[in-house]
Amino acid sequence: MDIILQLVLNGLAVGCIYGLVALGFVLIYKATELVNFAQGDLMMLGAFTCYMLIVWHGFGYWSAVALAVASVALFGALLDRAVLRRVLGQPQFAVVMLTIGLGAVFRSFASITWGSEIYTLPTPFSARATMVGGVSVSHEYVSIIVGTVLLCAVLYVFFTHTRIGVAMQAASQNQLAAYYMGIPVKLMFSLIWAISAGVAAIAGVLLAPVSLIDTNLGFIGLKAFAAAVLGGFGSIPGALVGGLTIGLIELYSGAYLPQGFKDVAAYVVLLLVLAVRPQGMFGAVGRKKV
Amino acid sequence: MRFAFKTSYAQDLGLFRDGVQRNAYIALFLALLVLPRLVPEYLGDLSLVFIYGLCGVSLMVLAGYTGLVSLGHSAFLGIGAYAHVYFAQDLGVPWVVAVALAAAVTAAAGVLVGLPALRMTGVYLTIATLAFALIIQEVFTRWDRVTGGLKGKPVQKAVVFGLPLGHEVSFYFLCLAFLIAGLWLTSNLLRSPTGRAWVAIRDSEVAAQSMGVNLAVYKTMAFAYSAGLMGVAGALFAHKIGFLAPDIFSVLLSIQFLLMVAVGGLGSLHGAVYGAVFVAMLPVVISQARDAVPVWLGQVFAVFGREAGRAVFSLVDRFVKQPGLEPGIFGLILVLFILFEPLGVYGRWRKITLFFSTFPLYKHATFKRQKSYMRSERLR
Repeated sequence: MDIILQLVLNGLAVGCIYGLVALGFVLIYKATELVNFAQGDLMMLGAFTCYMLIVWHGFGYWSAVALAVASVALFGALLDRAVLRRVLGQPQFAVVMLTIGLGAVFRSFASITWGSEIYTLPTPFSARATMVGGVSVSHEYVSIIVGTVLLCAVLYVFFTHTRIGVAMQAASQNQLAAYYMGIPVKLMFSLIWAISAGVAAIAGVLLAPVSLIDTNLGFIGLKAFAAAVLGGFGSIPGALVGGLTIGLIELYSGAYLPQGFKDVAAYVVLLLVLAVRPQGMFGAVGRKKV
Repeated sequence: MRFAFKTSYAQDLGLFRDGVQRNAYIALFLALLVLPRLVPEYLGDLSLVFIYGLCGVSLMVLAGYTGLVSLGHSAFLGIGAYAHVYFAQDLGVPWVVAVALAAAVTAAAGVLVGLPALRMTGVYLTIATLAFALIIQEVFTRWDRVTGGLKGKPVQKAVVFGLPLGHEVSFYFLCLAFLIAGLWLTSNLLRSPTGRAWVAIRDSEVAAQSMGVNLAVYKTMAFAYSAGLMGVAGALFAHKIGFLAPDIFSVLLSIQFLLMVAVGGLGSLHGAVYGAVFVAMLPVVISQARDAVPVWLGQVFAVFGREAGRAVFSLVDRFVKQPGLEPGIFGLILVLFILFEPLGVYGRWRKITLFFSTFPLYKHATFKRQKSYMRSERLR
């Protein structure tokens, strides 16, 4: 029984990370219909920036996190402004290749700037755990779950109750109509990119104490695809539910299935979902009309 | 500017546009025949160009002509390579039969991926094939009985019809023969109703469907053909690298193949070959530039005194010796191509030839991209 609960906790924590990265995909996809294959690499940049600020420059944890998230968000906005805006409305292939290329550039940049060593991020929650009813609750995992819940609440309030948030929703539903209503659509897209990159950076900072920081951290993005697809690519709650599901499935298949299944469980689920119900759980994508 | 006036069906069916084009290809072929004598030190790289060319043609059929972007081609290459080595070495099947069997197995895998892929469009398909590639890579790791697992599997030299092709020159010609055969087969297929159906699917699925193109059949066929070609390339690739290990067939290889078709120019067989030359030769160029550029820059800056020259040399030298630099250069080139030359090297080549053939009358607008407003893929 204890092991099952333990797996639930760990799975939820891992799932939160997948959910956050998937959330980044979904935000960008909803707004601009671009699929950002470099999302995982933005996460990696966030983790590295935070590490650099804390360990190399002696910042405190919270100020370092805030600064890292802000700088990656700014970077995301600049990226949209300088690069991604040019390919809006181009075939999907161009966008896929472009973001894959950008991801490679980011990884290369990270390995040149921060070296190819593996780092651990020191945090206030590191290596502490509380026993609750036979389950060891690691503070890092709690920080991930709490962080995700808080972030989602903030995003929810932002998108439904603020003027800018509603404008963003409008821009993502119908660009032309939004433009006619006087919404600065281009600025909204840059803001969406900033938010999405910021979310990725937060995911990176939360993940960093559990996993280790290296240039291949971004490959988690591939598993987050499974989460996004499972939730239906255009749905924000779907991304989180999908992420949690993938996290749980992954940990359980690691515990109860033969070796090797843990690594591919997410992808098997992804293929099954795509074959059986391509629109995912909260499907927002349908057949194209002429 | 020359126009090809077609006055008979034979001209329309012909493989080449006119005599000039045919002669150009014959000249190119003769040049490739004597090339091993001219640059013996690059023979290995040239064979790799040919193998990559076959891979490029394979992916070009799927991504460039049918519009199905796949990130799973590293898995097809791996399946072809492992199947070939398994049949030829473990089961002792003759070489040619083993290649044919490898192609058949890979084509079957292609059908297996293609069938669920019928329900997906656009980026969903890309993600699904990506998942397929990751799963297959894990299968390579775990299925030790056939693949040798993480320990890997050594590959013996090719023996074709009792003729050992261990030498680099003979392997060069073997790859060249396969590339020419693949190009010929593919260009014939693309001029046939099948190829036209593929292009129709790429341009508009709905339109193709209403013209009577059976989407399921033609998409599956495209997957099977592309995968089969990849299987053959895999067999050659196995001999080229001489040792199979699961981490060779990673997603990065798939990305490299996509880079190939994107840089070469989507929707042209020329592009596939240009892309192959680019991807296979770029590491060679980079490794030579690594040695040459710091020295060269150092000499330039030595104008400002010996110390400045030495400082620049050591700085640049340290920078270019970074191991992570090469994938970044690949990525940067990809980004620049997508942004500034979406038609790839082949598109640029066409622009240059058109410029000279219509010299004073060249118009930029000929190749101008039409303004494309965002057309949603979502149902509203």
